[in-house]
Amino acid sequence: MALLEVRELTVSYPSRAGAVPAVRGVDLTLDAGGTLGLAGESGCGKSTMAAAVLRLLPQGTRTSGSVLLEGEDVLTMRPGRLRAVRWTEAAIVFQGAMHALNPVRRVGDQIAEAIRLHDKVTDRQAATRVGELLEQVGLPARRAPSYPHELSGGQRQRVMIAMALACSPRLLIADEPTTALDVMVQAQVLTLLEELRRELGLALLLITHDLSVLAANCERIAVMYAGRIVEQGPAARVFEAPAHPYTKALAEAFPTIGDRASRRNPHGLGGDPPDPRELPGGCEFHPRCAVSIAACPTLDVELWPAGDGRRAACVHVRDGNLDLVRQATPVPVGEDAPAQREMAP
Amino acid sequence: MTASQPAPSAPPAAQGPILEVRDLHVHFGARRGKGPVARAVDGVDLQVQPGQIVALAGESGCGKTSLARAILGLVEPSSGQVLYRGQPIGRGTAALKSYRREVQLVLQDPTGALNPRQSVYESVAEGLRIHGVKGDEETLVADALARGGLRPPRRFFLAYPHELSGGQRQRVVIAGALALEPSMLVADEPVSSLDASVRGEILALLLGLVRDLGLSILVVTHDLGLAWNIADRLAVMYLGRIVEQGPTEAVLAAPRHPYTRALLSVVPEVHHLETQILTGEPPDPTRIPGGCRFHPRCPALASGAAAQAGVDDRCRGEPVPILHSLAEHHGACFLTDESVRKEGEDRVGR
Amino acid sequence: MTQPTVEQPVEALPPSLPPQLSPRAIARARRRQAAGRAWREYRRSWEGMIGLGILVVFVAVAVFVPLFIPASELDVTKATGTPFSPPSAEFPLGTDESGRSVLALTLWGARVSLLVGFLATVISVGIGSVVGIVAGHFGRWTDSALMRVTDWFLVIPFLPLAIVLATVLGPSLANIAFVIGITSWPGTARIVRAQALAVTSRPYIERARALGAGDWHLISRHILPNVVPLIFANTVLIVAVAILSETTLAFLGLGDPLRVSWGSMLDAAFTHGAASIGAWWYLVPPGVCILLVVLAFTMVGQALEAVLNPRLRGR
Repeated sequence: MALLEVRELTVSYPSRAGAVPAVRGVDLTLDAGGTLGLAGESGCGKSTMAAAVLRLLPQGTRTSGSVLLEGEDVLTMRPGRLRAVRWTEAAIVFQGAMHALNPVRRVGDQIAEAIRLHDKVTDRQAATRVGELLEQVGLPARRAPSYPHELSGGQRQRVMIAMALACSPRLLIADEPTTALDVMVQAQVLTLLEELRRELGLALLLITHDLSVLAANCERIAVMYAGRIVEQGPAARVFEAPAHPYTKALAEAFPTIGDRASRRNPHGLGGDPPDPRELPGGCEFHPRCAVSIAACPTLDVELWPAGDGRRAACVHVRDGNLDLVRQATPVPVGEDAPAQREMAP
Repeated sequence: MTASQPAPSAPPAAQGPILEVRDLHVHFGARRGKGPVARAVDGVDLQVQPGQIVALAGESGCGKTSLARAILGLVEPSSGQVLYRGQPIGRGTAALKSYRREVQLVLQDPTGALNPRQSVYESVAEGLRIHGVKGDEETLVADALARGGLRPPRRFFLAYPHELSGGQRQRVVIAGALALEPSMLVADEPVSSLDASVRGEILALLLGLVRDLGLSILVVTHDLGLAWNIADRLAVMYLGRIVEQGPTEAVLAAPRHPYTRALLSVVPEVHHLETQILTGEPPDPTRIPGGCRFHPRCPALASGAAAQAGVDDRCRGEPVPILHSLAEHHGACFLTDESVRKEGEDRVGR
Repeated sequence: MTQPTVEQPVEALPPSLPPQLSPRAIARARRRQAAGRAWREYRRSWEGMIGLGILVVFVAVAVFVPLFIPASELDVTKATGTPFSPPSAEFPLGTDESGRSVLALTLWGARVSLLVGFLATVISVGIGSVVGIVAGHFGRWTDSALMRVTDWFLVIPFLPLAIVLATVLGPSLANIAFVIGITSWPGTARIVRAQALAVTSRPYIERARALGAGDWHLISRHILPNVVPLIFANTVLIVAVAILSETTLAFLGLGDPLRVSWGSMLDAAFTHGAASIGAWWYLVPPGVCILLVVLAFTMVGQALEAVLNPRLRGR
């Protein structure tokens, strides 16, 4: 049985103009001790997904589908059970976590708070555990009485990870854990996460928009766009030979140093990530797609198999024309780009 | 937009650099002579040739932002010179005004860089109004927006920043800078707060500006991939000094300074270097280590390579000379760079 | 490049505006639209509307009272009523110690109270805003120096200072307004300075500086527009305070002895023992008027704050 199984999850936020769908029918699985990377940009619904796993969505959100954590559906749990499950089975390190620390309390106390919420422990026991956690994340235990402002960004991120590990969860969700960090600190944090995964047998769900980070650190990748998964499969294959045009664009956004093809040749997509309130019809990616065809705006997309254990939600995958995706030059992003091209079906 | 040639303007050697920084120091703190001084920029030589894109890379706290601001005249240097077309830039708002028409700034966060109460038209026209530029304002604004890639420009006149996406806002900021027809842009992390798929557009825009308008650009970034994407030259900063400079490809293919090598090795998908993760974080600029400022964290020193070459004492005790801005590729390291070693010896021997 | 045919991220022009208008004219039109929206938003607050209504009534009374109650009614020598007579048909609010109609006094008193209140507010907000903006924007020495001055004024107790100044300068409406203004600007200064500090450190200020802007441009084009809403909301509350202050000073006998204001009425009532005689009609009208006006200003101020700060709208 997989540790985490998400089935047809749909999450909508209430708004004056009606429900805004943030997540639209997502399926995911993560086995114990495995790593899954979730790639996507702002507005694609990945943070909503992460919050949904622990039912941390704001009041008024409507959800359907199921989120099975060790077989139990988080979405239908009773509040008492939910409280017990939160943090002890799965924990989240939020986006911008470095700012999620209370500036007027010592970091040791804040970590201890997480412990105390779940176990009755004496002060001495809590302090010992805090010390252990800090050591585990690479901070000396004597930093426990520090205030957040006395720590650097990287150190605060480690404190957040320590807090997440306080109750020995089996699943750790890291939402953009490295986005605001320097590349060296980023490497330190990612190495730390990998070590923790090995030592503690954690499963890791890593969420970021940097596909190369996921390719280097995860076994499998799922790419989200406009609330849906548009490609998933083994990390290396998805990164090196994307089957979906969006994945290709995302992979090219962060060039490989040393690759002549990207020297003085930035790749990008025209347009912007779609607003969840006004999604294009059919395949939501078609307005920005270099290889869209006449059928795309009205097509009902699903995840079609693309070989090598991959699946992608692109009509060319369905029709067996994977080469079209791979060869397509991206829509030129210079000033004189032609208007949307249509290719013959 | 495939690989482009450098701007067809005059060959660099004939004209001299468009921007030159000589022995620049920017120190903060020291209220009335007491208290720790933060040496944000601690001796920098830098040159930008006309039609060139130079990337200034480094982690947070290395001083690249302070250097950029000193170049723009937004921060007063404690010593050293900033020369534009061979002339030192002035001090004070009045003296800098004419300089500001020539050298413009593109900020990191396009959302904060635009006054939320001003329409796009007003934001772009602001520069024109400050300098009293003659001509039909509407046409000038429309041209600037078009050059920034926002078309049709008149559609955007009335938009307010919150109605635009991140990429569009950044284009408005760039258009605002272009309205004054500058010769040079200083871009501080121009794409780091934008979505991944939008970065390419903005970077291609910058490349296009160099190609079509002959601009020179100094890009400040922490992202070496960005330098690979668009920069002709790369300068890496650490704790207030430039520790390596040279043509981008040379620096990234064979870094000469242990810091650059470590930084490059941890970038995902970089396979030609063995991964070296440095421990800890850079010390803050009030406590710069003696000798080579990188030596406490240097993998070459820690592994004994420096000792084997016989330079470890110098690493610990002797300050490394400031790296001069030359066309070749140099790293400010006693171990790896012979000319630096020799310059140090000459100095000490004197 | 944005694909113009596919997405329209820009709000379409409102149908009422011809597209050939210049951008400046359109910007003006948009500002008017924004003002219209703000007004509609304000209208939703019932307390704001009630407050506004009360104020409109009082201001109208103050402006038009000479039309229906001649000034002669205030003349002590021409008083026709019996002193301290209770409300009757002839004198709806009774009479004062000289036999003058209390109603006339109250309505005429509105003029002085409101006038002094507004004048004092102008002085107070004017000084406070200038000090606040200069201190917040320029920072460092300027800020320190100005804030020390502000602290000085803030710390001195209002009443003793007001009494001393009023005595020294002499009792006249202008002087009273001046005294109140001088003693109440520090509050505005601090609020404005905080906002100016916040705005000055925003990236678009740095951008404007990089474009070549001088301090005057930065202040007038960027800081002031961001500070004015705050000043506006603050002003409304200052007026209430100013009117109360005028009442206090007049009550203490420091007002212009030749002019009637609510405070002077209370003073006169007190001095002539209206309370012990039981002449409630002399005390209640001015008291109620002060209460209503200050309350109205407060309600308007709160409604304004909600309009200007969307987060308070309780949506």
